[in-house]
Amino acid sequence: MRVPVKWLKEYVNIDDIAEKELVEKLVLTGSNNEGSHVVGEGLENIIVGKITKIVQHPNADKLCICMVDVGDDVLQIVTGATNISENDFIPVAVHGATIAGGIKIKKGKLRGEVSNGMLCSLEEMGFDKASIPKEFDDGIFILDKPYPLGMDILEALDLKDTVIEFEITPNRSDCLSMIGMARETAASFERALTLPSGKIDTQVDDVNEYASVSIEAPDLCPRYVAKVVKEIKIEKSPIWLQMRLMNAGMRPINNIVDITNYVMLEYGQPIHAFDLDTVKDHKIIVKRAENGEKFTTLDDKERELTSEMLVIADAERTIGIAGVMGGENTEISKATQNILIEVASFDKSSIRKTSKDLGLRTEASSRYEKGVSTGLPMIVVNRVCELIETLGAGTVVGGAIDVYPTPVEPILIPYRVEKISKVIGETLTLEEIIKYLDLLGIKTLKKEGQQFAEVPYYRLDLTKEIDLVEEVARIYGYDKIGMTLPKTDTWGARTNAQLIEEQAKLELLSSGIDEILTYSFVSKKDLDKINLSENSILRKQVELINPLGEEYSVMRTSLIPNVLDVLARNSNRKVNQARIFEIGSVFLPKEVPVVNLPIEKKMLTIGMYGESEDFFTLKGACENILDGLGICDYYFEKEENHPTFHTGRCANIIWGTHVIGTIGELHPHVQENYDLQVRGYLADLDFNMIIQMANADHKFVAIPKYPAIERDIAILVKDEITSLQIEKIVVSNGGNLLESVKMFDMYKGKQIPAGYKSVAYELIFRAEDRTLVDEDVNAIFATILKALENKLEAQLR
Amino acid sequence: MKSLLEQLLEHAKTEIKQAPNLKALEDIRIKFLGKKGEVTTILKDMKNLSAEERPLIGKVANEVRASIEELLEAVKEDKKKLEIEAKLKAESIDVTMPSKKTLRGHKHPINTALDEIKEIFLGMGFKIAEGPEVESVYHNFDALNAPIDHPSRSLSDTFYITEDMLLRTQTSPIQVRTMKNSAPPIKVIAPGRCFRNDEIDATHSPMFHQLEGLVVDKDITMADLKGTLDMFAKRLFGSQTKTKFRPHYFPFTEPSGEVDVSCFKCGGEGCRFCGGSGWIEILGCGMIHPNVLKECGIDPEVYNGFAFGMGLDRITMMKYEIDDIRTLFENDVRFIKQF
Repeated sequence: MRVPVKWLKEYVNIDDIAEKELVEKLVLTGSNNEGSHVVGEGLENIIVGKITKIVQHPNADKLCICMVDVGDDVLQIVTGATNISENDFIPVAVHGATIAGGIKIKKGKLRGEVSNGMLCSLEEMGFDKASIPKEFDDGIFILDKPYPLGMDILEALDLKDTVIEFEITPNRSDCLSMIGMARETAASFERALTLPSGKIDTQVDDVNEYASVSIEAPDLCPRYVAKVVKEIKIEKSPIWLQMRLMNAGMRPINNIVDITNYVMLEYGQPIHAFDLDTVKDHKIIVKRAENGEKFTTLDDKERELTSEMLVIADAERTIGIAGVMGGENTEISKATQNILIEVASFDKSSIRKTSKDLGLRTEASSRYEKGVSTGLPMIVVNRVCELIETLGAGTVVGGAIDVYPTPVEPILIPYRVEKISKVIGETLTLEEIIKYLDLLGIKTLKKEGQQFAEVPYYRLDLTKEIDLVEEVARIYGYDKIGMTLPKTDTWGARTNAQLIEEQAKLELLSSGIDEILTYSFVSKKDLDKINLSENSILRKQVELINPLGEEYSVMRTSLIPNVLDVLARNSNRKVNQARIFEIGSVFLPKEVPVVNLPIEKKMLTIGMYGESEDFFTLKGACENILDGLGICDYYFEKEENHPTFHTGRCANIIWGTHVIGTIGELHPHVQENYDLQVRGYLADLDFNMIIQMANADHKFVAIPKYPAIERDIAILVKDEITSLQIEKIVVSNGGNLLESVKMFDMYKGKQIPAGYKSVAYELIFRAEDRTLVDEDVNAIFATILKALENKLEAQLR
Repeated sequence: MKSLLEQLLEHAKTEIKQAPNLKALEDIRIKFLGKKGEVTTILKDMKNLSAEERPLIGKVANEVRASIEELLEAVKEDKKKLEIEAKLKAESIDVTMPSKKTLRGHKHPINTALDEIKEIFLGMGFKIAEGPEVESVYHNFDALNAPIDHPSRSLSDTFYITEDMLLRTQTSPIQVRTMKNSAPPIKVIAPGRCFRNDEIDATHSPMFHQLEGLVVDKDITMADLKGTLDMFAKRLFGSQTKTKFRPHYFPFTEPSGEVDVSCFKCGGEGCRFCGGSGWIEILGCGMIHPNVLKECGIDPEVYNGFAFGMGLDRITMMKYEIDDIRTLFENDVRFIKQF
């Protein structure tokens, strides 16, 4: 909402208040500031001039030479403007002047002719192009009447003003008006409010002789007020009115349109004027449109209406879309002699729907959508007529048509002093509360021992006691409310699952893995890119009705594509190594099509690439996490059928009977699909399961007191024998003294027969109660060897 | 014999003086004082001496022995020192050469900021609540007193799954779930992902993060709300931070407000960062609307409470001076490694 301060001062005396203070105070009472600008700021030495003579430039077809009288001098100025004539009063930027945008004007020569300055357009004086009157668009601003020559234009037109932009919250549609903001200002500074009288001095005849109104859809039009003005003289508005409209961001058109716009800005109530002589039988009927009917609006566009839309019709046809836009067929023109002024209340939801369905949003519709009080029409119609009379634009016909089948009664809200004090946290007296409410125009009364507040017609947002609490609080001042802490005795703590997630992240970070965050919605095609089969369960996805695009159209069922996207992005940006993880939700529908909220399951997905990365660095990272969370008794088992992974380099992590995750190198197809230049490694873990398995109980294990005996063993086994198989045999034959077994070498190649490999293990034996001697271990070692020979056909090397 | 001993001492002195290193000194010791050393040998001949001569020569022999030992010790100390010095000098390194780094992982900056905020609220007695990203229209709008024709409900603002299911547009539905599932006193924060139908650009992302706070108990006041958020702001942005509470509007709170903090770049003087105002808006808040409490099964005549919500991405971007929200979701590791 743009508020020109001079205009605001019409309603409330704030001459002694600096603009900065005005803004600060209004911000604290609820109208947030979104910036401000000063009209005419930076303009220097632009003065009033009169064109005394215009001659064609001798060397340029599109230029002319003007002699401009600026009082103490007559300046020769060359211009390209075409809208000027001799004897026009115009703004002149003389040598040394500054125009909008800080541009300095200097004398010079244009095509050989001296030019001692520049004639100015409104744009050059800093006005928005969108609010400049059409006649001065791309032309010089011709002043409406003579002004003292040589006078500073800012002074001559009383141009200087500050325009403050306020953010109006959706509940306060009443503040989308100058008077609404004036009320806020008056309440904030405890000043009196002066409203326009709406008094019309001379009225002739009776409106009922000129027109009639009937409402056939009272559900969508609770009130319709009309007045008639005859002997209309369409002309330009006076400059003060044009300037106000421009400062508020509206383009001046002619006196009648400008007055309706001015009063709309003043009260927030949309107004429409019909050319009464084009309204058939002078009858106004408010009704629903015919389904499929065609209608041409003021903007010269034909629109198709539906029976849900409310229209204004005359005896024969539609003449306006209620609350949205009038019709071409009854538009005011230069020839208009009599007008009917419509000031009506329309249902906000209906206007919103009509406006949306037609794709037509106007000043009027956007105001009706937010809510306009039914208390306004009579006040507003009189104000319009008052201005028409003042400007001499027509003769007002007596009386007003007011169709208002069910007048809205003022709401009485009961309130309690203690409740208001209790919510705010400050002790307020009844007197204080009454004072604050009164400042806002809210009357209070006592009935049967109960306090009531009477909601003024313009405050559609007040319905409950709690609404009054806010009114009192903001006028009392949020800044004056004290600061305390709740006395609530709760303790802060993370849940077990949250602690486990934190711990898991610590383990991941200490393994050198960076955390990423990616979108929860993905493309359907992502699952093709990771090679999943047509009938994979993960293809049952939660779909969005209105996604931003295919790329973001389904909720993810796997984090793998997201992680791969990030790996690929980094790789393509020539980052030579990346280790990343995300802990995030996947969305698994309970049924397709989706009816119930889907299952949201947390997954932990790790991705890596880079020279030093391989299956085993990733495996190590996974072990760090699981070990760090106190999870033991899991093992890695080869997986050859997961389509995303290298068939020979993939494993499931098994815990009991559960697969808690899959890790491996990317399948070459997947690597290619993501345009990844190097091999990539992925681990995909069910984090919900990890939370279940995590175990924070740590028990102390005594540090060994006695030395150990170490034995190395090197054997030749068939290639397909796994390390896990060997370890299991070693462990099951190692007895109590075997402390650990660890592979330290694996060799294939020369000296080793094809299909075989040489593997070497370090075995550590230890007793809790004595120092072992070789004899203790020899027998066990022999048993282990024998078992390896028997079960795996291992040969000692 | 005495002269022989004195001669030996002279020899030893000369040799010690000329000894090039510790090893040579040890050899000298063995040569003169060892079991088969020269002094020892002479002493063995003492048995041939007369009873009168024996103590005299014995004394001289001991003195010679002591002198050699003393000399040896002194020179040995020097030599040892020199040798260590030489060793240290030889082993000198260029300490400005690069270190041997172990890889260190980095949290995403949004979570780094979130962690900081969580710690503040945990310390103030808040627990952390969570809720689903795919929500019902009921939890996201209806129960939060959002008018049925509120523009935020439209397809152009909100992503829908079905007519009554959507991607939550705010973390506020977690409020509703928390209030429905637990009895007062309630004191929680609820961080999470939210979604709005915004095209991606430097300041908009269809997915973003919010953090919601909720306190419900008897006798909760606006002063409690102010005190809580003022303390939060001081802990997050520094103890000099000032807060400004302005009235605002949200359907689910009444009275509602927005909170500005004094600009942490300029301290409130006004700078480019705060648009010259000296203040930066950081969150929305208010007293929970009685309609919402009632909808969640809490009697608004007995209990009341406050709620607040803030944009984590915005706070993260302000904190680290990140100027494009897209950077947060591109996950370039060179970006993440900065935090």
